[in-house]
Amino acid sequence: MQNTHIEALKKIVGQDHVLTSPEDLYTYSYDATPGHAHMPEVVVIPGNTQEISEIMKFANENKIPVYTRGSGTNLSAGTVPTKGGIVLLMARFNKIIEVDLENLVAVVEVGVVVADLNDEVAKSGLIYPPDPGTVATATMGGTISENAGGLRGLKYGVSKHYVMGLEVVLANGDILKTGGKNVKDVSGYDMTKLFTGAEGTLGVLTRAIVKLVPAPEARKSMMAIFKDLDDAGKAVSGIIAAKIIPATLEILDNATIRTVEDYAKVGLPLDAEAVLLIEVDGIPEVVEKEAVKVMDVLKSNNAAEVQIAKTDAERDQLWAARRAALPALAKLRPTTYVEDATVPRSKVPAFLKAVNDIAKRNNVTIGTFGHAGDGNMHPTIVCDLRNKEEMERVYKAMDEMFKAAVELNGTLSGEHGIGLGKLPWMELQHGPQGMNAMKAIKRALDPNLILNPGKLVGEC
Amino acid sequence: MTKQITAGDINAHDKELLNDLQDALANCMKCGNCMAVCPIYKETSKESSVARGKISLMEAVLNGTLPITAGFDTIMAKCLNCKSCTSKCPCGVKADELILRGRHAAVKARGLHPIKKNVFRLLRNRQLFDFALKMGGTFGPLTFKKIPGKMAAVSRFPMPGMDAKRATAPISSSPLRSQHPEVIKVANPKFRVAFFTGCTINYMYTDVGESVINVLKENDVEVVIPGTQHCCGTPVYVSGDFDLAKEMAKKTIETFEKFNVDYVIGACGSCTEALKEYPHWLHDDKEWHARAEKIAKKTYEISEFLVDVLDFRKDTLGPVNATVTMHDPCHMVRGLKVTKQPRDVLKAIPGLNFVEMKDCDRCCGSGGSFSLANYELSRQINDKKVANIANTKADIVATSCGTCRMHIQDGILQNNMNQDVVHTVQLLDRAYQAGKRK
Repeated sequence: MQNTHIEALKKIVGQDHVLTSPEDLYTYSYDATPGHAHMPEVVVIPGNTQEISEIMKFANENKIPVYTRGSGTNLSAGTVPTKGGIVLLMARFNKIIEVDLENLVAVVEVGVVVADLNDEVAKSGLIYPPDPGTVATATMGGTISENAGGLRGLKYGVSKHYVMGLEVVLANGDILKTGGKNVKDVSGYDMTKLFTGAEGTLGVLTRAIVKLVPAPEARKSMMAIFKDLDDAGKAVSGIIAAKIIPATLEILDNATIRTVEDYAKVGLPLDAEAVLLIEVDGIPEVVEKEAVKVMDVLKSNNAAEVQIAKTDAERDQLWAARRAALPALAKLRPTTYVEDATVPRSKVPAFLKAVNDIAKRNNVTIGTFGHAGDGNMHPTIVCDLRNKEEMERVYKAMDEMFKAAVELNGTLSGEHGIGLGKLPWMELQHGPQGMNAMKAIKRALDPNLILNPGKLVGEC
Repeated sequence: MTKQITAGDINAHDKELLNDLQDALANCMKCGNCMAVCPIYKETSKESSVARGKISLMEAVLNGTLPITAGFDTIMAKCLNCKSCTSKCPCGVKADELILRGRHAAVKARGLHPIKKNVFRLLRNRQLFDFALKMGGTFGPLTFKKIPGKMAAVSRFPMPGMDAKRATAPISSSPLRSQHPEVIKVANPKFRVAFFTGCTINYMYTDVGESVINVLKENDVEVVIPGTQHCCGTPVYVSGDFDLAKEMAKKTIETFEKFNVDYVIGACGSCTEALKEYPHWLHDDKEWHARAEKIAKKTYEISEFLVDVLDFRKDTLGPVNATVTMHDPCHMVRGLKVTKQPRDVLKAIPGLNFVEMKDCDRCCGSGGSFSLANYELSRQINDKKVANIANTKADIVATSCGTCRMHIQDGILQNNMNQDVVHTVQLLDRAYQAGKRK
């Protein structure tokens, strides 16, 4: 990038908000995805929407790539500046503008950390349900752009189910407002949904209007241990068939159980093929009733052991195994890939079996845990990026895993997004027609292809 | 232009250092969980502030992408060593230690900062250091103005490296160790313990030292205050000058080995942790490691000793009528993992109303000398702590670290509040004194 470009950017946002030292640039070369890193040419930290509009106009005219970034906790290399250019850091967009209790919506700037919004609305007995594992760090803009989900996805859905409106700066600098506070809104194309989950390829999000829901009054957690994977799968379908939608319904496979037990000693039997963790929430009377029903379903599907938490301390104890899953796996080896291939929930046991076979066949370590209730699995591959021979086997296993998910009528991503990480399999899932349609949208909104180029839909 | 040192140069210089680091750094999966808890990141929102950023920069140096520059040095220095990142890390990456290794690498490659170099030169020579601080105490009133009622003073003149508004602790006109014999006997001693005073207690907060002595005497413990003890080495260690730190650790070990004591007691989280960490500092020297282990096993922080070993006497306690809240120093909560014992001490005092503050274990922003070099930034962090203190409506803040005490007292004064900040053991001492007046 020419010096005159950097000077122009400094004029827009001020000297202090442009970073150019090699050290600063290096620290924006990665996100939480292993194996992808590239230095940007400049990091720009805008303070308001107007500044972003000017930056976009300038970048568009000069065909400079722009990569919007929040906290960079994403798991698909979606924020890696693969073609240099500008990293647009949204850290200064950190205000909660309004919590509207009459309409149960919040208006936020996109740099607000999700947990900070939840702390604020908790005062009014409300929650913003999407709760990815990095909720204490991840920003609203990042989670909306990646369409993040979380543990409560089964009952509450993912980010797109809560975004009602957006303020977006387009590639040419135009400032666009989509949606609003209307519960019913069928006017025109659903632009809000289009930009949600677009991973920064269609525009720069600056503000969001999001839906809030009442915090559940009560909750109840249960854990069941299964010697047979199919029984665990039947229990999952059985709970749903009993017309109960738990807030969370999690599964840990045998590889994860063994690793967790080795690391955290929470008392899981090493020969168990699966552990299910279930939490129902809502009105106390309903929660009690549902908990009993869930326990019945678990027992009638041959659960070897079933526990129910009576106190908060017991609840924490039950959840200790699930919380330890990722740390325990991550500690095994230096590099950790947390994937999020998702299948229809009835196919969870079939997918887990497929992943097991793939791991064995390729001699790689994969532990799988995840959201059984919504079919969103986290096959977690642990390896060492520095070992070339091992990495070839890892990439082969990854390839087979995503193919297996698509063959089971699944999807590449339930909540992490595509970015670069899962780009190679996009056409497998969407076909050439699907890819062409998506690329056409990209080209229409960003004709110079400057917004997060090469990601999500690939080269256009 | 300064000479840029490449990874290759360091590699040739210290192969072992490089290899050690590489494996430890590779374990960071860049998940960013450290960002949620880093006090500095919370203020700056810059990736280079947080452990993940610093670890990636060390990797960049090691893989030859970046040289060790002045910028690298500055970034490594922007860490409070509060250990929040380490305690939060799902992969168990000891980020606090790695950052110190980064500083160590910078020191090896570029040398120490000139101001630090002079201070450390002074620290290396105990007699000279002692002389300088005694002179500081004698002539201190000429340069520092005491703030009434508090152990705090502000400079009358501009001081290099220090913000003009900043309140510090006054340097005592007579250090603690000059005021007491080396051995303080009691009638029927239960134990004989050595008191590691540390620099702040010896030269500034002599009131804490007096309380430690009083409380131990009250509990029939004979106190030895070795006259030739010196700084524990923490300021040197965290600056990355590991060689001098090791030298100082060895001197401390030698000093305390001379006395036949049951325990070694510290009254500052950082100093006490240093003594417990000596085996780690000296891990590559078999003989010294074994000697360090012996001292480390005997070392206790005062409240830990009072509760876990002594079961301190409560029948002679008189009332202290006040509301108190507690700040957990980083090296107490995440270093020594001692949080229950100081609370047990406070809760045992009659009349004392204990109120927990929000985020009691969050760093106050002091970070030893960090607050001197980065006063504005550390003030912002401190202001959050002070706001949490204000919300408790407490009259007194208890804490177990001299630099936290100084920094929080400064924050309280800057925010026009009037709480007093004291060491936990001082309140226990007050209660024993009150018991005598009954």
